[in-house]
Amino acid sequence: MANAVTATKRKQGSTKAKLKRYLPLYLMFLPGGIYLFINNYIPMAGIIVAFKNYNARQGIWGSAFCGLKNFEFLFATPDAVVITRNTILYNLVFIILNTVLGIIFAIFICDALNKKLKKAYQSAILFPYLMSAVILGYIVFAFLSQSTGIVNNTILPAFGISPIDWYSKAKYWPVILVIANTWKGVGYGCLIYISSINGIDPSLYEAAELDSATKWQQIKFITLPFLKPTVITLTLMSVGRIFYSDFGLFYQVPRNSGLLYATTNVIDTYVYRGLMQSGNVGMSAAAGFYQSLIGFIIVLAANAIVRKTNEESALF
Amino acid sequence: MKKKVFSPYQIVSNGVMILVSICVILPFLLLFMSSITAESVLVADGYSFWPKQISFASYAYIVKSGGQILKAYGISILVTIIGTLINVILSALMAYPLAVRNLPGRRIMMFYVFFTMLFNGGIVPSYLMWSGAFHVKDTIFAQLLPNLLLSAWNVMMMRTYFMTSIPDSLYEAAEIDGASQFTIFRQIVLPLGKPILVTMGTFAGLSYWNDWTNGLYYIVKNKDLYNIQNLLNNMVSNIQYLSQSSNSNMSSALSTIPTTGIQMAIAFVAILPIMLIFPLFSKYYAKGITLGAVKG
Repeated sequence: MANAVTATKRKQGSTKAKLKRYLPLYLMFLPGGIYLFINNYIPMAGIIVAFKNYNARQGIWGSAFCGLKNFEFLFATPDAVVITRNTILYNLVFIILNTVLGIIFAIFICDALNKKLKKAYQSAILFPYLMSAVILGYIVFAFLSQSTGIVNNTILPAFGISPIDWYSKAKYWPVILVIANTWKGVGYGCLIYISSINGIDPSLYEAAELDSATKWQQIKFITLPFLKPTVITLTLMSVGRIFYSDFGLFYQVPRNSGLLYATTNVIDTYVYRGLMQSGNVGMSAAAGFYQSLIGFIIVLAANAIVRKTNEESALF
Repeated sequence: MKKKVFSPYQIVSNGVMILVSICVILPFLLLFMSSITAESVLVADGYSFWPKQISFASYAYIVKSGGQILKAYGISILVTIIGTLINVILSALMAYPLAVRNLPGRRIMMFYVFFTMLFNGGIVPSYLMWSGAFHVKDTIFAQLLPNLLLSAWNVMMMRTYFMTSIPDSLYEAAEIDGASQFTIFRQIVLPLGKPILVTMGTFAGLSYWNDWTNGLYYIVKNKDLYNIQNLLNNMVSNIQYLSQSSNSNMSSALSTIPTTGIQMAIAFVAILPIMLIFPLFSKYYAKGITLGAVKG
C-alpha cells in the first residue's frame, strides 16, 4: 500500500519534471505550429467549398452544399481535358529535358579545365533560377515583342522572314515555354548532379585511365551508374508534382494573353482565372480540389515506387 | 616551354559550357541594353544588343518622377527583411524540438509539419480565408503573411542539420549543467547552426523578393503596397487590357504607362540586388539545393 503511494508520487514527480523539461520545447514549436494550422490546415478543410454553392455573404462554412454540381460543370467543359493535358505534357517534357541536360552539363562542368572555370559555369547556370517569373516574362518579351522585340526586328529580317505576332499565335508557345523553362530551371538539377559527381572516389577514374579507358567509357561505367540513385529520386519527386505547374511560367511568360490559352492554360492558371477574373468560385474550387486530390495520390504512388527501388531515398 | 594540348573531349565540354554560359548571360544583357536605348531608336529598331544611341533617360525617369517605383522598391526591401527574419526565427524554433531525440510526441509533430508538403487545399480556400476571415486585403500583411512566412521544407532542413551537424554531447553536457532548453537554443543551437540559418535565410529572402502572387491576389486597390514585382506585373496587365479594349481615350491612357525602355529599366533595377549579392549568396543557395537532395 505504502509502496504504491510512493510509486504514484514518484511517477507524478517525474511527470512534473518531464513537463518542466519538455514544456519549453513545445512552446518553441507552437508559433510555427499555429502558422501552419492557419496557412495550411484550415485551407485543407476549406476544400469542401468545392462541394458548395459558394456565396460571399455566407462564406465557406455557411454556403449551401450542392453535391457534385461544380464538378459536373467543370468536366462538361472542354477546359478540363485541355488543362489536364497541358499540365501533364509540359511537365513530362520539362522532366526529361531538365534531367538529360542537367546530367550532361553537370558532367561537363565537373571536367572544366580549372577550378575557376568550374565555378564560373556553376554560377552562370544557377543564376536564371533566381529570377522571378515576372522578370522571366520581361526577358521573353524583349525577344518576342511584336513591335520592339529583337526577334521580329533584327533576327527574322536577317533571314528574310516577315515578323510573327508571337503573343497571338498559340502554336508557337509549347516551344517557347519549354525553352524558357529550361533556361531558367536546368541549373537546379544540375547543381545536385554536380554534388553527386563530386562524391565519386577520384581513384576510380585514375584506375580507369591506367586501363586506358576512353572518356566516354568512364562516363558510361563510372559516372552514370553513380548518378542513377540521384536521378531516380529527383525524377520521382518531379513526377510526384506532375499535376502542379509553375503558375508564374504559364501566367507571366505568355502575358496572360487570352489568344494563347489553348497551349498555355494549365490547372493552376485555370484556377486563378476562375477565382479572380471570371468570379466562378465553384468551378475554380472544383478544379483546385481535383488537382489536390490527384496530386496527393500521385505523390503517394511516386514515393511507394521510390521505396521499392531504393528505400534510402524515399521521402517518407 | 611545353605547350598544353587539350583533348577533343575537353574542347567539346568546355566549348559547350561556354556557349551555355553565353546563352544565360545574353538575355540579361539584352534587358540591360534595352533599358539604356534612346526612345527614338527603340521605336525605329526595337530592342538590340548594340543600340545606335545610348540614353540613360529611363533611369533618370525612375529617380526623378518615379515616386511609385521607389515606393514599390521600398516595400520589396522592407517586406524581404522583415519576412526573412521572422521566417528564420520561426523555422529554427520549430526545428529544434523536432531534433530532440526523446521528446514525447515528436513523431506526431514531425508528421504535422511534413504533411503540409504532401497535401494542400489549393489557392481557392486559402484566398477566401486570408481575404474573408483575416482581412489582409490591401494591407502590408498581405505581402508578409500568406504562404511565405514558414516553409515545412526549411524546417526539415534545419532539423536535419541540428541533429547531424551539432554533436549530441554538446546538448547532453548543457543539460547536465542544468541549462534550460531556451538557453540551449540560444547558446548552442543558434551559434552552431549558423550555416544552415544563413542558407535557409537566403531561400526565404529570395522567395520574398521574387514574390508577386500575394500582391496579385491581395493588393487590389491600395497600389502603394505594390512591391517591385507587382508594379512590373501591373504594367503588363494594363497594356494587355488597353490593347484588348477599343477605348476612344486609349492613347491618353497608354501615355501614362511608362514606355518600353523604362519598363526594362525597372525590370533591371528589380534584379540588381540579386546580381549584387549573388557572389556572396550563391554559395549558400547552391548548398541548400544540394542539401535538400540528400534527404528530405
